[in-house]
Amino acid sequence: MRVTVTINGVERTADVEPRLLLVHLIREVFELTGTHIGCDTTSCGACTVLLDGMPVKSCTLFGVQADGHEITTVEGLVQGGQLHPIQAAFKEEHGLQCGYCTPGMMLVAKALLERNPTPSDEEVRWAISGNICRCTGYVNIVKAIQAAGNAMAAPTASAAASA
Amino acid sequence: MATQAEEIRGIGHRVRRKEDDRFIRGKGSYLDDFKLPGMLHMAILRSPYAHAAIKGIDTSAAAELPGVVAVVTGELMAQHNLAWMPTLSYDTQAVLATDKVRFQGQEVAAVIAEDPYIAKDALELIAVDYEPLDPVVTPQQALEPGAPVIRTDKQDQKDNHIYHWETGDKDATDKAFAEADVVVTLDTHYPRSHPSPLETCGCIADVNPATGQATIYMTSQAPHAIRTVFALVAGLPEENIRIISPDIGGGFGNKVPVYPGYVVATAASLLLGRPVKWVEERTENLISTGFARDFHMHGELALKKDGTMLGLRVNLLADEGAFHADAQPSKFKVGLFHVVTGSYDLPAAHISADGAYTNKAPGGVAYRCSFRVTEASYMIERLVQNAAYELGIDPADLRLKNFIRKEQFPYRSATGFEYDSGDYHTAMNLALDTIGYRELREEQERLRAEGKLIGIGLASFTEIVGAGPHKDYDILGLKMNDGAELRIHPTGKAILKISSKTQGQGHETTFAQIVAEELGIQPEDIKVVHGDTDNTPYGLGTYASRSTPTVGAATALVARKLRDKAMKLAAHLLEVSEEDVEFSRGKFSVKGAPDKVVSIQDCAFAAYTNFPDGMEPGLEGVTYYDPPNLTFPFGTYAVMVEVDPDTGEWKVRRVVAVDDCGVRINPMIVEGQIQGGLTEGFAIAAMEQITFDENGNCIGANFTDYLIPTAWETPRFELLETVTPSPHHPIGAKGVGESATVGSPAAYVNAVIDALWPLGVRNIDMPLTSAKVWEAIQRARGA
Repeated sequence: MRVTVTINGVERTADVEPRLLLVHLIREVFELTGTHIGCDTTSCGACTVLLDGMPVKSCTLFGVQADGHEITTVEGLVQGGQLHPIQAAFKEEHGLQCGYCTPGMMLVAKALLERNPTPSDEEVRWAISGNICRCTGYVNIVKAIQAAGNAMAAPTASAAASA
Repeated sequence: MATQAEEIRGIGHRVRRKEDDRFIRGKGSYLDDFKLPGMLHMAILRSPYAHAAIKGIDTSAAAELPGVVAVVTGELMAQHNLAWMPTLSYDTQAVLATDKVRFQGQEVAAVIAEDPYIAKDALELIAVDYEPLDPVVTPQQALEPGAPVIRTDKQDQKDNHIYHWETGDKDATDKAFAEADVVVTLDTHYPRSHPSPLETCGCIADVNPATGQATIYMTSQAPHAIRTVFALVAGLPEENIRIISPDIGGGFGNKVPVYPGYVVATAASLLLGRPVKWVEERTENLISTGFARDFHMHGELALKKDGTMLGLRVNLLADEGAFHADAQPSKFKVGLFHVVTGSYDLPAAHISADGAYTNKAPGGVAYRCSFRVTEASYMIERLVQNAAYELGIDPADLRLKNFIRKEQFPYRSATGFEYDSGDYHTAMNLALDTIGYRELREEQERLRAEGKLIGIGLASFTEIVGAGPHKDYDILGLKMNDGAELRIHPTGKAILKISSKTQGQGHETTFAQIVAEELGIQPEDIKVVHGDTDNTPYGLGTYASRSTPTVGAATALVARKLRDKAMKLAAHLLEVSEEDVEFSRGKFSVKGAPDKVVSIQDCAFAAYTNFPDGMEPGLEGVTYYDPPNLTFPFGTYAVMVEVDPDTGEWKVRRVVAVDDCGVRINPMIVEGQIQGGLTEGFAIAAMEQITFDENGNCIGANFTDYLIPTAWETPRFELLETVTPSPHHPIGAKGVGESATVGSPAAYVNAVIDALWPLGVRNIDMPLTSAKVWEAIQRARGA
């Protein structure tokens, strides 16, 4: 089946088996390997991407279901050569260790901060509760997301952090 | 010549991590991200039964499926003498089952196909004729007379008993117990759990039939040891084996062993002459690879009425699964469990351990723990807490009374360890003051009168990490020593090549900071290379919190070696004798004339451009480190919980963690390790468990059954530190990756028991699910 998606702003078309999972379409066909696979059961969120701006777990969608939609992966976060404030904050706040959950966490954070730029600790924890991290204990992930929210609200102040 | 000095970001600096730049952009290189030309994909057929004879395997339909290149069975592997492989504990393990299957999930056959979906389709076409046998699902059942023998493949194995191991002084311990006023006992099962890193295990084997070169990309925490094991098992020349361990998505011990999938993929690549990729699904990871814990323990602590501890006795039965595959130093059958005397001046101790085969997955690995130390820490900290209640002494006071005192270090424990350093009283008092312990005890009484149950749990752990000195520590004969190679280029930038392998611990930053401290080269100018056996010095890898104690030491020492040579170069450049040169923070200056100075970069350039006659050119070196002793991180964790007596639900209200891991190289990274460890400790105490039904079916085979805390369940942590440097480590560091997983489970459980003790609850085995807590309350109330 033909599937056409706009992935990180670029329209891509592929001819795929109907059963091909979205995560495999992204990783194997479009060769964007920043999206990871952790559990196969929609539990861990390592495969999270944004589908029309909403976080979805790409291991539990077929590629063809994304036909005609917009997808954002971690590779789409950098804009104009600049780190997204969420990326800068994850580094600054030590919000990652092995890095495997990080793309999914950052994309969930993006969706959260776009509707709520100043989330409380509880709001962040609820928002990322579909994503598992085995390394960090979440402490610095929460801090990073809150810091990114502040930076996005005051873009001039964020320049130093992303340098 | 050096100008205005920029501060050297060496030890103690919160340097942001060098590795993060690729991870935050989605540009890490994890195993599954690699695609090699002509690469095939492998999928493994696994046993649905825990115990069954194999009467026949028909692979014909699978082999005929378009896209399938080969179907591999145990019979084919046996033709190459690869149906069985050695384990890390001198046992054997089936690579692909030939005679029978011994646990649910065991590897039975493998399909190699052009596409991973086709490989999985083909698995369904393989017909295996099983004859189910009675499964043995507990070690107690396993040791009953007449129990079905699991290891019928071993000629001398007539039952399911694997080993009996004792340590300590039995007579002295018996005598201590005879003199005791009080003996406190605890029977508990430290349940089977699984490290379940977010990235599963996998490999890409690429054997070139023309050259015999075998390049194997592998999710391995110990690539060098794996290379040697592969050479021995497969009979391949070791110089032709290159293990590349790329970015690893978490390990926690799960990625230490050799798994059958690695062996089959390599054999397949060898036979087919094409690269073969194998990546586990989550269920495969949970049901077949290295589990952790699974100790059935009976502990006894002997005390005088005044609380003085006299002796400790532990008998334990280990559930080893179908093959004895524990990853641990060969000399010790239950790892370093005999550090069970913990932080206490216990004059006598005796440990007796037995291991049994069961129809469960093999591979007792230390899930974020140094070889069974978490089981030990849990036992002693639970016993001490319960002893306090029995004696009517406050649990904090009982600990303070019995701690090894600061002036007793180095301290020889009753089981033969020499604790290098410690200051347990200071760490505990800091934790007590921070949580407001004495006030909390008063509040607890007040709330209890209102029907509210709060509990305060303590754990004062002593860890033992950094294995280890060659005399006692080896795995399969390979001494547990590690290396570091440092090359300083003419422009003053450096490459550090290390034998350890980060899985998220931040080695690329931390180890650069050690060099920065020693040589004054900024960490961003030092590239740290690891995880490639062709390009790094030999060593046993990263687990058991051993990288900083071993490789960290090697790194400091190789840097000092180069500093000595740079000193000679500086003398040459400054036209003085070497004795007249002094070094500080990257600068060599003439004593008494501080303006006469050259930098380490100047010396590096001179090493290739302007060295004195007779000097060997270049500025590089390699050092291997054989530690004189292990290191002993310690700390006190204080946890406050609130238990709902009507539902059994318990909430963590506060976690105060005081850690002493000696000198902290990068405090930001250290804190991150502790936060992660406290979370995994909570997970083990509250929810993680791999269990089995009476037929040996694994319950916990995916993340909807094997529960891992999300941000929502995870408690908040308050971190504090004391610093007691290791006296024998070159930079005084001790290792910290696992302290919190070792120390914290007992603190969480002690807190819940503390809340429920007045009701009559004495023990609840982990994980403390709401259902189990509720049942315990009901039972206590009914009694």
